[in-house]
Amino acid sequence: MSLPAPSTIIRGRTWVWPDDVNTDIIIPFRFKARTNDPVEMAKYAMYGFDPEFYKKVKPGDLFVAGRNFGGGSSREQAPVAIKYSGVAAVVAESFARIFYRNSFAIGLPALEVPGITKQVKQFDEISVNLQDWSVTTKDGKVYHALKVPEFLRGLMREGGLVEYYKKHKSFPWEGLQATASTTSA
Amino acid sequence: MSQTILNDDSLTFAEKIISIKADGGRKFHLAGEIAVLPADMAMAQDSTGPLAIKVFREMGVQKVWDPKRIHLVIDHSFPAPDEKVANLHILIREFAKQQGVRIVEGSISHQHLLENHVVPGMVLFGADSHTCQAGAIGAWQSQASWPSTGEFKKGVYARDIITHFIGIVGEDGGNYKSLEWKGPAVKNLSIASRACISNNSMECGCKLSMFEVDPVTQDYFKAVNRKAMFEVHAGPKARYKEEYGIDLGTLEPQVWGPGNESKVRTAGEVGDAHLDEVFIGSSTNGRYEDLQVVGKILKGHKVMAGTRCIITPASKSVFERAIKDGLAETFLESGAVFTNATCGACVGTHLGVLGENETCLSTSPRNYTGRMGATSSKIYLSSPATAAASALEGHIADPRRYL
Repeated sequence: MSLPAPSTIIRGRTWVWPDDVNTDIIIPFRFKARTNDPVEMAKYAMYGFDPEFYKKVKPGDLFVAGRNFGGGSSREQAPVAIKYSGVAAVVAESFARIFYRNSFAIGLPALEVPGITKQVKQFDEISVNLQDWSVTTKDGKVYHALKVPEFLRGLMREGGLVEYYKKHKSFPWEGLQATASTTSA
Repeated sequence: MSQTILNDDSLTFAEKIISIKADGGRKFHLAGEIAVLPADMAMAQDSTGPLAIKVFREMGVQKVWDPKRIHLVIDHSFPAPDEKVANLHILIREFAKQQGVRIVEGSISHQHLLENHVVPGMVLFGADSHTCQAGAIGAWQSQASWPSTGEFKKGVYARDIITHFIGIVGEDGGNYKSLEWKGPAVKNLSIASRACISNNSMECGCKLSMFEVDPVTQDYFKAVNRKAMFEVHAGPKARYKEEYGIDLGTLEPQVWGPGNESKVRTAGEVGDAHLDEVFIGSSTNGRYEDLQVVGKILKGHKVMAGTRCIITPASKSVFERAIKDGLAETFLESGAVFTNATCGACVGTHLGVLGENETCLSTSPRNYTGRMGATSSKIYLSSPATAAASALEGHIADPRRYL
């Protein structure tokens, strides 16, 4: 079920989505409950907005979305359906926490850039940089995404947690202490 | 060290338990950090489990971490409504047998774990968004606090508190945060009511929704004969990002819908939308306490012609109790359908799927477009009492005239 690990810089055309795109829009329960095949799941990607989306999306397209992208269910099938539909990364004003965490597990680059929906229009060509975690819009402006620790960015460059484990036979946090500032107790 | 953290004045519940678990209590971890936590227990259900099993095998791992602390629960579409679902259930059963992990069929995961396994001080990871229900008893499953005061008015329940709260903060108002419920009204909330609130807190995105251990929790664990790992209490000077007050004395029965794009209103404000279906059940509101209220309202009345009322208990033990004590008979006499324990109509695969343009009032956790069936169907959410009264009238109704 593996797809190749993403390039460090991903260029593509955008699909722009509103705030609060929930997991039942991304892939309704009744479809994801009946298959374990990512290619089949991709046929229902964004079904709640457009049942024909999977026919319209092109490999390497990007998502730009408003606040709270991926709210609702814990279904890992939500980022999986998006990834296997051909979408290479999701940039959103903010992510619902489970979708965000699942994206790192399954290797769908997810970058949080407040204000991004005001800078991008449907089918703009933009690029996403997985090294410095930034987005460059059509007019060349660079927007830095909310910082995440290097071990998570590295994870994404290697295609997600599962691909990382297959390659290294360990998880990236093994032996790692908490990454942000801590107060010694 | 853990004792220093537990006794700290200024840490929240979330900060304390993360600090204790993350590095064996060697460091304080504060809100805003990314920390890596070990699990005390893990759970997946029949719609997240199959993919996890597939990936587990692809990773080339031979054995799970600890079979006794892993639960696979077949609850969402139980028993299987079709061949495709049945085959995924077979995959789960075979994996459980091969790995020796615990398997449960029928009862909803969160209710099963609450009835049988979770204890205060535990870190539970569940591949289901409503796993935060375990916060009801002080298990962890980030930051805000919600003092509540007063006593419930007639016809108003825990579900009305959390629906009202989601209406205030919005769908992402709790994203990544820990809700910590405090105040004099908490002592009036049963474990079932707390479980309803913690469970449904997911609908504003929160990571935790906590009730600290108090005499109600202690009595519950004495009754079920399980012991806490340890108790965590937020420091008296804990810093919260926001604090909200809810006065139960003025709270009315709440309805959210149609759909999550609508505002939360009182049952009276929503008006008399015709209901094709009323669904009472789910991990949010399928407990015995909920069915008791529903029985009280339905007793001696008939469900309105043209409205189907489906009642689905959250666990096998709730189901058995409702049959033994006559509640099931009350439901059937009223014309309602009383099903086996499962997530049921909530997930749109069986036992009450909505057709084109149908409208449903549900006690399930969420009202997303297409959640329970056709994309054109509409879902309102309410407490079991409001749902039962509405089933009798065929439209959204205030429960107080039946109590």
